[in-house]
Amino acid sequence: MSLIVDIRRDLGKFRLDVSFEAENGVTCLLGASGCGKSMTLRCIAGIEKPDEGHIELDGVVLYDSEKHVDLPPQQRKVGYLFQNYALFPNMTVRQNILCGLCREKDWGVKETRLREMLGLMQLEGLENHKPHQLSGGQQQRVALARILVSDPRLLLLDEPFSALDGHLRDALKIELRDLLQRYGREVLMVTHDRTEAYNMSRQIAVMDKGRILTQKPTKALFADPGSVPAAVLTGCKNIAGARRIDGHTVEVPDWGLRLEVAQPVGEDLKAVGIRAHYFNTATSRNRFPVRFVEEMEEPFETIIQFRFEGQAPDSPPIWWRIPKEKRPAQLPPEIGVAPVNVLLLYEI
Amino acid sequence: MNIDWFPLLNSLRIAAISCVLVFFTGIFFAYYAARLPRTVKGILDVILTLPMVLPPTVCGYFLLLAFGVKRPLGLFLQQFGVQFVMTWYGGVLAAAVVAFPLMYRTARGAFESFDETLAYSGQTLGLSNAYIFWRIRMPACRQGILAGTVLAFARALGEYGATSMLIGYTPGRTATISTTVYQLWRTNDEAGAFFWVMVNLAISTVVLLTVNLLENRQKKAVAK
Repeated sequence: MSLIVDIRRDLGKFRLDVSFEAENGVTCLLGASGCGKSMTLRCIAGIEKPDEGHIELDGVVLYDSEKHVDLPPQQRKVGYLFQNYALFPNMTVRQNILCGLCREKDWGVKETRLREMLGLMQLEGLENHKPHQLSGGQQQRVALARILVSDPRLLLLDEPFSALDGHLRDALKIELRDLLQRYGREVLMVTHDRTEAYNMSRQIAVMDKGRILTQKPTKALFADPGSVPAAVLTGCKNIAGARRIDGHTVEVPDWGLRLEVAQPVGEDLKAVGIRAHYFNTATSRNRFPVRFVEEMEEPFETIIQFRFEGQAPDSPPIWWRIPKEKRPAQLPPEIGVAPVNVLLLYEI
Repeated sequence: MNIDWFPLLNSLRIAAISCVLVFFTGIFFAYYAARLPRTVKGILDVILTLPMVLPPTVCGYFLLLAFGVKRPLGLFLQQFGVQFVMTWYGGVLAAAVVAFPLMYRTARGAFESFDETLAYSGQTLGLSNAYIFWRIRMPACRQGILAGTVLAFARALGEYGATSMLIGYTPGRTATISTTVYQLWRTNDEAGAFFWVMVNLAISTVVLLTVNLLENRQKKAVAK
């Protein structure tokens, strides 16, 4: 099971130039809105046509501009879960799912597969409902059922949780993750939400302005995003330009300090990032005097903004997130960060 | 009173047949126009909508230019025994040309508000494009298309200008309700004219009530 994508297309404001490979399991394209993620999915599904390039799934060429191959979406066997689920409003749940079985001609088989899928998706009893009578979660299950009965080689998920309320979203994430694990196929999902990407996927490819910046296993990406856009997308709040001093020291002019780092520093270092959770009052390394600016309470955490003593006036304050019960009654005069928690960013 | 019902039957068959023609051609052009690049679409849109804003007599003039008995196209068609001038099926042509924009514009509006992801998801599920068109797109747009059809039918039924230019008024052959009203009034048969006016009013009222009913149902469907 493998997907190879290498396509280019002019998107007006910028050029989509995407090249990546994905294998078994869930791969996520993580990127800000309008970076070309959905267009990439559409090109893979055959709904949109790239200007040039090559798309291959399990050894079958779906699109190749040089060989003039461009399979219609009907022949690609690529399932596409749309953001709004795209259930056919004039059809019942049963008819919607049967649409996914249109390639199967034997009515007995159709009926059996339909029953199986209704059971798997816990949709029994809703067969004769119209989509508008269903809850958001049920609609998503019907849309998935309809796709999975068609037995696609690849499943594309386009922001699968964006249409749902926060509460429902978490429950459905777990549900969908378990289902995808059982289903055991290749899945490509796009999202702009780092938590979703972290929850659902094994591999993440970070997209920015039509390009793939990095592709890494999920945890490795969050531990070392490697570029400024990837750091921002994975939720890093504190980023500033930096330059290398020696193998394990960097200078951050905007913050007016030098940081000791754990990883060896490359020559072409552009910036450093420190996640808001990573500041520490106890550490003895990278400890600097600070001035507190602002504080905002969240239900379970406190966001504290501060400035380093030598920080440039035009540089934004630093964010520090701390669980409420750990917030010291008296804010400390100095705050530090462990060298291993300084992210080295090589691309802006 | 001994009434010759021919004008009613003739009007109904002209309206019905032209309505069927306009139904398919209107949908065809509406569907493809929605896909064209903006400039081409703009030009095509003007051409296809012109019959709605032009005086019907001007449409009749153009039809005579094309299909007149001494014009090339008219002569050509006569070889196959088809003549649109002074025949009842010429009335079908005239009514269809004038009613076409109503169908085309209403259908286009319906198609443009269609959620294209429904068609895309149908394609990725393996449904044929014909199935998607007839079983997903058309049902989703059915209120608009029905309203367009009814409007086109009503317009075809009431057509006077282009019809009188192309097929004139021959009792028992080409007379329609609207040409009969004019003819009877002209010959001082006020009672006869009043009768056909009432017939026309009744039909038009029913048609408009149907349109309103459909629009209300559509509003309810949207509210859901």
